[in-house]
Amino acid sequence: MSKTIIVHYINNFFAGAGGEEAAGMAPELREGAVGPGLALAEAFGEEYEIAATVICGDNYFGEHMEEATERILKLIRPYGPQLFIAGPAFNAGRYGVACGTIARAVEEQFHIPVLTGMYEENPGADMFRRDLIIIKTKNSAAGMRQAVRKMAAAGEKLAKGGEILGPEEEGYLERGIRVNYFHEKRGSERAVDLLVRKMRGEECTTEYPMPVFDRVPPLPPVDDVSKVKIAVVTSGGIVPQGNPDHIESSSATKYGIYSIKGMDHMDKADFMTIHGGYDRAFVTEDPDLVVPLDVLREMESEGVIGGLADYFITTTGTGTSTGNARGFGRDFVKKLLDDNIGAVILTST
Amino acid sequence: MVKEIERAGIPVVHIATVVPISLTIGANRIVPAVGIPYPLGDPNLGEDKSKKIRRELVELALKALMTPVEEQTVFEK
Amino acid sequence: MKLELGKIFIHDVQFAERTYAENGILYICRQEILDLVLQDDRLVSAEVELARPGESVRIAPIKDVIEPRVKVDGGGLFPGIISKVKQVGEGRTHALVGAAVVTSGRIVGFQEGIIDMSGEAARYTPFSKTNNVCVIFHAKDGIDAHEHETAGRLAGLKVAAYIGEAARDITPDEVVAYETKPYLEQIAEYPDLPRVGYIHMLQSQGLLHDTYYYGVDAKKFIPTFMYPTEIMDGAIVSGNCVAPCDKVTTFHHLNNPVIEDLYKRHGKDLNFIGVILTNENVFLADKERCSDMVGKLVGFLGLDGVIITEEGYGNPDTDLMMNCKKATMAGAKVVLITDEFPGRDGKSQSLADAVPEAETVVSCGQGNVIIHFPPMDKVIGTLEYVETMIGGYEGSLKPDGSIDAELQIIIASTIANGYNHLAARTY
Repeated sequence: MSKTIIVHYINNFFAGAGGEEAAGMAPELREGAVGPGLALAEAFGEEYEIAATVICGDNYFGEHMEEATERILKLIRPYGPQLFIAGPAFNAGRYGVACGTIARAVEEQFHIPVLTGMYEENPGADMFRRDLIIIKTKNSAAGMRQAVRKMAAAGEKLAKGGEILGPEEEGYLERGIRVNYFHEKRGSERAVDLLVRKMRGEECTTEYPMPVFDRVPPLPPVDDVSKVKIAVVTSGGIVPQGNPDHIESSSATKYGIYSIKGMDHMDKADFMTIHGGYDRAFVTEDPDLVVPLDVLREMESEGVIGGLADYFITTTGTGTSTGNARGFGRDFVKKLLDDNIGAVILTST
Repeated sequence: MVKEIERAGIPVVHIATVVPISLTIGANRIVPAVGIPYPLGDPNLGEDKSKKIRRELVELALKALMTPVEEQTVFEK
Repeated sequence: MKLELGKIFIHDVQFAERTYAENGILYICRQEILDLVLQDDRLVSAEVELARPGESVRIAPIKDVIEPRVKVDGGGLFPGIISKVKQVGEGRTHALVGAAVVTSGRIVGFQEGIIDMSGEAARYTPFSKTNNVCVIFHAKDGIDAHEHETAGRLAGLKVAAYIGEAARDITPDEVVAYETKPYLEQIAEYPDLPRVGYIHMLQSQGLLHDTYYYGVDAKKFIPTFMYPTEIMDGAIVSGNCVAPCDKVTTFHHLNNPVIEDLYKRHGKDLNFIGVILTNENVFLADKERCSDMVGKLVGFLGLDGVIITEEGYGNPDTDLMMNCKKATMAGAKVVLITDEFPGRDGKSQSLADAVPEAETVVSCGQGNVIIHFPPMDKVIGTLEYVETMIGGYEGSLKPDGSIDAELQIIIASTIANGYNHLAARTY
């Protein structure tokens, strides 16, 4: 039986190339296992082979992130790895960021399972815990033996396509991914249990800690709206009749950009709403209730606003994950910037 | 979406019915809308009045865009 | 107020010349059901089909599910809708437990759902375990959407009440008595136990998002107090489809799990005082006003603890959070039951709104995960609308009849009242 091929990534220090003085070294490749890779190879056993080890200086990686990533991907490719392991980085911040960056790039490029290991407070942990399985380690290389054992166990599961259980069972850092399971008690019974405990002042653990939403500092105001071009963005689910791009009526995974060029209002013959979260009867009759094109056109001709984009941007807000909404925003702002949009009116139902 | 627009450097005003959600997700300039089934206008009052309400809301939104804010601000009529 | 609920367990359903129940088998006369449904001139035709647990059957799009019951004594079922308005919750009621009426027909909104009777997807809905009498109705051309919904809702309730008559003269397999006394007596009965209430939020946001209380549209009432047993007799009727996964069907109102489980601990660990009924509105001022009243009732009743359930997601999360905050401020310990929508990858925030007081939450699972539905031998209703239903998307329906769609397309799969065992945890 052929062995499962692993490629391993480590930094200058763990390769024995030196500490700070070697942190500027460019990526290079060595055949076989090096440094902590030897212990890993032993833990993985006969069915696995660490075919190559990539070594890169932490400073070099940090200062040439894109270039270093490209070079490393090129170095790895000929080996056709089936599993990629980076680190463990323990509490070394630059190393942690490098491990996370390269592991994610390998996963995207080669579609193979990847694994790294870090101490919980490593800055790389927060950057990558959602995207990667990061085995939880101690804060220094004194925890190597333990880290290697857990990484080998998880790596074996990943390579074989086994089911990865929760962070407690597998020893990785919680990723913040909500996963369903069947509880032995139904929800209402758990709620009554929790309430009785709470009223007694006993410990009761929530099944869902309240989410934290990030903040963006407010921008300075627009000096004069009569001098800028305005665009309308909506989560109200207004789309051209027939919903040509099949935007979902709830939990949207797409948005649309649709022309309003030459129109003086939102005509019900042209537009409809697909929003699954409200009584659509009113908006179906008059889509201006969500995209206020009629009054914006008036204001445009009166000179109240400097201009109006030739299009509006739209999706369905209800049940749409913040991750998707963020993705839509990041994507369409490029167009808004290219089109010199000076301000946005975003409408929600 | 509102935060990504702001992050990109384009001032944005959020006209929204459920102001608490807008506050929770982190919009900075918020104008309360009329209601979920008709955020900008009120068709029950007839087309002219409905449009007048819409015009006033958009004017308030433009005013919000031109007002300096230090923190999340709700612009009431 | 005391209600005796007589349960007659049903383990099979079959067609017959007349409608009756015997030895755990429910017999249905197809023609009688058709005649009943077509009494409504808004409906032009109908079909009746049976679906049993384990069969290779898919039913879609589902509008409502109702357990057949009958008031043996003490008023009429579904008061204010198909019986005269008269307070219910007392006397004796018989239920055909294990049977259900399932209504289906051309879709009105996006919110109607799917039931699979077997296979992987069947695990997520309670209605894969019931013996279902499916009523598929067709409304006349050009019918207004509100009328369409009303006609379908009434048809389902009438059929359930009609079948429920079969239980009237049968000796139940089991009788359970539920009792909540008037406030002062109830306090006096268990003076040393903490006083507990249930804040029951009804979906009330407009077409296909309405619920009825003694026939009154829930968005038109102000928060009020109810005896829990009133709900078991059909004082609350679902007129809505929110996202299918979240729909509190009329079946779930009759069999409200929070009420059931609070009664189990009543007199032992707590004193179950009753239900505070409220709604979920589309105007911010109404959300503020109604949650203020909920908080006021919590304080007025001197409740030590409450459980709050919501129906739907998105803006109703705000009502849930307002009620949580105001009940906490009124002095109660609060536990919320909800479900989650963190995106298909499970990585986003699960709720649209949040307050610090929401520190104790039960999760009924996340509705965005993609589920595979294998092909079924038989489809009751139609799969025509799958891709536009909530949870469906372009490409959901495959040529072989299998479906890939978000869990939320399955009726009552993540229902936020804790009826199911599904839960979610963080990986």
